[in-house]
Amino acid sequence: MKIKDIQEEIIDEFAFFDDWMQRYEHMISLGKSLPLIDQANKKEEYLIKGCQSKVWVYPEFKDGKVLFTADSDAIITKGIVALLLRVFSNQTPEDILKADTDFIDEIGLKEHLSPTRANGLVSMIKQLKMYALAYQSQLN
Amino acid sequence: MNTDSKSIAFDVEKIRKDFPILSRKVNGYPLVYLDNAATSQKPQVVIDALVDYYSNYNANIHRGVHSLSQEATDAYEQAREKIRSHFNIKKSREVIFTSGTTHAINIVASGFRSILQKGDELIVSALEHHSNIVPWQMLCEETGAVLKVLPMNDEGELELVEYINLLSNKTKLVFVNHISNALGTINPIEEIIEKAHKVGAAVLIDGAQACAHIKPDLQALNADFYTCSAHKMCGPTGVGILYGKEAWLVKLPPYQGGGEMIKEVTFEKTTYAELPHKFEAGTPNIADGIAFGAAIDYLNGIGFDAIANHENQLLAYATEKLLEIEGLKIYGTSAQKTSVISFNIEGIHPYDIGTIVDKLGIAVRTGHHCAQPIMDFYKIPGTVRASFAFYNTFHEIDVLVEAIKKAKQMLT
Repeated sequence: MKIKDIQEEIIDEFAFFDDWMQRYEHMISLGKSLPLIDQANKKEEYLIKGCQSKVWVYPEFKDGKVLFTADSDAIITKGIVALLLRVFSNQTPEDILKADTDFIDEIGLKEHLSPTRANGLVSMIKQLKMYALAYQSQLN
Repeated sequence: MNTDSKSIAFDVEKIRKDFPILSRKVNGYPLVYLDNAATSQKPQVVIDALVDYYSNYNANIHRGVHSLSQEATDAYEQAREKIRSHFNIKKSREVIFTSGTTHAINIVASGFRSILQKGDELIVSALEHHSNIVPWQMLCEETGAVLKVLPMNDEGELELVEYINLLSNKTKLVFVNHISNALGTINPIEEIIEKAHKVGAAVLIDGAQACAHIKPDLQALNADFYTCSAHKMCGPTGVGILYGKEAWLVKLPPYQGGGEMIKEVTFEKTTYAELPHKFEAGTPNIADGIAFGAAIDYLNGIGFDAIANHENQLLAYATEKLLEIEGLKIYGTSAQKTSVISFNIEGIHPYDIGTIVDKLGIAVRTGHHCAQPIMDFYKIPGTVRASFAFYNTFHEIDVLVEAIKKAKQMLT
């Protein structure tokens, strides 16, 4: 699936809920489906700076696509990471780099996060794009 | 428990009406404000004092001959006098207005640069807020003095036996908070001060967390320095005090240069103003200083016995109710503590709990509470902290407990 289509799917999914409690419940269940990082890769170098809870993201490059696995010690954060990975994992570096992140505003996620969590979200997206950029420069 | 006449007259519903913010809603629910250790809410009289100053007598102080300037100067100096009297400080010149506790600590740390020598020792308690650690680390780096840590036990109490072992004639300064912001422990500062003085060391007590709950008698306490922030005691943000014994304040060099703190200026030499102005360079925070005085009047109108009595009842009730939740662990279990409960639920990150209860209108703090060494001691990333003030109710504690149960159910 293309990034844009996945984003549309997420927007539709979140529109289905009446209130923020239900959205959080959904995010928590998404967190439980996160493609988990191998324990051996839970190292300092894969920690994302700027998050108040711990977030590890591990990138791999297979058949021209970037695959991410991740984990966090906070479950709502895990849900946020799961949403991002659903959009950005298993995509080409080029698609990841040119993707916008409007869907985050459209589902109202950012305004419902505390400022520290919102900063963490920005750091996560930045880090995913950095990895994509690194793989793309390997290709060129 | 204390049941004097003041506490019988204590009417929390009536008191709540003094605080406009307490009637608002958050995320569709009535606000339950339990982050009082971070900052307290403000009663209307304090808000009025600010508006009154800017509406009726705003002028720069200590310099103009005009009437407005004199009115403002009088009001500002009256606030200093109220603070002096409240803390039973001997002389008003020992009351330095600062921007808050952090500023106050930095004035003292900076002043000790010219006093400390290589190999001198400072003692910091394991329970400190970062603001009472970092300025001293910077001072040690600069002077070659050594920072020693007074350890704590599992209950979150300081180990006084270790303290006595750490003290020596090399000890120049000891700094401890009166009450721990992260755990609520009331520290045995009387004993800490007395023991330090026996080896000739000065003591700074960080009172930021204490002054909303108790009324310290600074002459009886005999600390060399004591600090507090108005915003934690129903006053405005951006103002606080440094109390220092006169002999120390005379000895320490000024912290900042500028207007207000000088006696005479020529390009050859400047002589400094007398206390307290020596440490009050620039136009001070006049409005907030005056409103700080109004906050002190307000708190004394309720009475610190009544405040402590109500808060202790809230603490006992909340502790009992929270411990009924399976897997909930409280950090900081000293018998000597104020109305702060730091806790975690097994297997759940504190941020997750904070996020869910916020959606239900409840304000609690989550994280390391600017006291990372305490979190490292317990080997946890942080805690959820509920801190109660005299305007909180038993009903609000019930709301908190139900919200935490809901969060627990969602998150496990």
